[in-house]
Amino acid sequence: MFVTNIEDVPGKTITVCHGIVSGSTVRAKHMGRDIMASLKNIFGGELKGYTELLGESREQAIERMKAQALQMGANAIVNVRFSTSSVAAGAAEIYVYGTAVNVE
Amino acid sequence: MENIAVIVILVSLGYFFGRMAENKHYQSIREREQAFLSLPTTSTKKPMGNIDHISHVQLVHGNVVISVDYFKRFLATLRNIFGGPIQAYETLLDRARREAVLRLKESCPDANQIINLRLETSSISKGDSERIGSVEVLAYGTAIYHQDSNAQAPIL
Repeated sequence: MFVTNIEDVPGKTITVCHGIVSGSTVRAKHMGRDIMASLKNIFGGELKGYTELLGESREQAIERMKAQALQMGANAIVNVRFSTSSVAAGAAEIYVYGTAVNVE
Repeated sequence: MENIAVIVILVSLGYFFGRMAENKHYQSIREREQAFLSLPTTSTKKPMGNIDHISHVQLVHGNVVISVDYFKRFLATLRNIFGGPIQAYETLLDRARREAVLRLKESCPDANQIINLRLETSSISKGDSERIGSVEVLAYGTAIYHQDSNAQAPIL
């Protein structure tokens, strides 16, 4: 499956447009990571636990979006956008959306 | 009196360790940026060069969550009184953005170019009574592989 964040797939032509597909996941961090994060708050630097957490959730959101596109019979997703929002204290929502198309 | 002592200790810890970490990080960023100079990255939507040679394309992304140290937060609090630029936060965000772009590039070392690079910044600690001043930077773009490159087979 081709996934791009531009309006087409370079070198291919779009034949069918299936519409919007999206995937989302809401994740909360766990206590251990939170304690490490508060320590890091004094010294500064990267919060590796959070980086991994958000990275994993993003992968999962992309997988969900791809699954939805496959169900529609699409073979590519174009114009993919990411968005992150903190819905509650200590939890983040990762949302990824794009347009499912068929390319040749 | 005890409270002031605790704050002074936290601020000086933040100053020394934060400074050390920042210098080390900048050094590693500069080194890795040199290594990736050969991978053109643009924010345009059209690939450079002949599009007939493209073998496959792929969405790539890189992210980093970075926290501000106690000293910088202290400076920022002072700045809030008088106003003006907070240089401590500027370097923090600069580091985070460059790191995110580097991670994106590291995730696709065989690509020939990366187009439509986008950067998104979000504060992930909202609503947390501003206890953790950390930001997440996400960089994403489309990696383009040319036919002559020794990239892996297209993912279909």
